Amino acid sequence: MSQTMIQYEGKIAQIVQEDPMLQFLLYAGDNALITGHRCSEWCGHGPILEQDIAISNIALDYIGAARNFYQLAATRIQAKDPSLEVTEDTLAYLRDAWDFKNLLIAELPNGDWAQTTIRVYFISSFQWLFYQQLTQSSDADVAAIAEKTLKEVKYHLRWSREWVIRLGDGTEESAKRLRQALTFLWPFTGEAFKEASYETATSSATTIQLAKLHELWKQELQEVFAEAGLEVPTQQAFQSGGKTGKHTEYLGYILAEMQFLQRAYPGASW
Amino acid sequence: MEAIIQPTAAIWKVLETVCDPEVPVLTIVDLGIVRDVQTSEKGAVITITPTYSGCPAMDVIRIQIKMALAEAGIKEVEIKQILSPAWTTDWMSEEGKKKLHAYGIAPPQYKVKDDANIEDTHPPCPQCNSVDTRLVSEFGSTACKALFQCNDCLEPFDYFKCH
Ligand SMILES: [Zn+2]
Repeated sequence: MSQTMIQYEGKIAQIVQEDPMLQFLLYAGDNALITGHRCSEWCGHGPILEQDIAISNIALDYIGAARNFYQLAATRIQAKDPSLEVTEDTLAYLRDAWDFKNLLIAELPNGDWAQTTIRVYFISSFQWLFYQQLTQSSDADVAAIAEKTLKEVKYHLRWSREWVIRLGDGTEESAKRLRQALTFLWPFTGEAFKEASYETATSSATTIQLAKLHELWKQELQEVFAEAGLEVPTQQAFQSGGKTGKHTEYLGYILAEMQFLQRAYPGASW
Repeated sequence: MEAIIQPTAAIWKVLETVCDPEVPVLTIVDLGIVRDVQTSEKGAVITITPTYSGCPAMDVIRIQIKMALAEAGIKEVEIKQILSPAWTTDWMSEEGKKKLHAYGIAPPQYKVKDDANIEDTHPPCPQCNSVDTRLVSEFGSTACKALFQCNDCLEPFDYFKCH
């Protein structure tokens, strides 16, 4: 850990701005970090001990995935300008909300257990398909992270899928809560499939085909919702902005909490 | 003083003394975390791979490797991390599996390619060896474990899940 942490603004931001693959790495890392942060908020508050442990483990997986993406991005930024001192911490702790590229759905509040689990379901069902495609990437470092993460996403998807079915097919109250959560989150479920400029620019390297992903994702939803007794909404999932740095107010609060220590005491370490 | 090139076998021996902080009966070699050892006039390059992406033990393991090698007189140690091929419990040594069982953690029962459903898995109870056991939660005390319970002696126990 360096004594004085470098600011993200300026040279580092400029390097990222000029390199769509770096933006893609931050997009993937930010999705993992913010989802992981939200899951970690349940630590010590889970409805029962086993589920508290489950969601805390899931949070750790996400944060681990974020570290892998940030470490790779930091190494590549530094390679472009060896005079810069940039680490995973610079990218996690010193960027502002408008630099974050995570999907809006990741930063929304946890709400109740139904909203939390169906959110993890929406994100992990997308990521399950996303990382499968990404393992084919011609960028070997990116493909390696995808291969590693995919094995973990498999658990997140299975866990959240079971909760969606259990709550949807459970009591009147649980089904009602799940439908409310669905109504709240649905408008945010389309953003993942709207291509950002850095996704277009990197698509031959990442091999990600969002239209194909979207089709597969809709099939996944049909099957699980049928089992959960839920209707797949027909409304447009119109909310977007996160991928290009336009966030809800919730992200600001997350960052205020997450980044406080490094902002107040730059370079602080254990 | 002339530099002595340490044979890699000697370094593997040292690495076999480094234990996983979360499962202290297993060495990092038992777990299959160490993927490669190279030596040079200067020292050693150790390549490791994490079990799970978020495994908090990896940072500690890195420090422990450096300390163990320093004690053995190898000061210049570089630790590289690779992610591919992704770590799998298939790499766990048979010796390691026996040690786990004796320690009270049921070792992985299958190879990953068998794609066994964890709900249909009945690892023998580390206390009484009964196979009448059931899954309580797919997530246990650490990312690598699931929680099971024995229907015979009723003891709950950790199962090191296939990954
Ligand atoms: Zn027993």
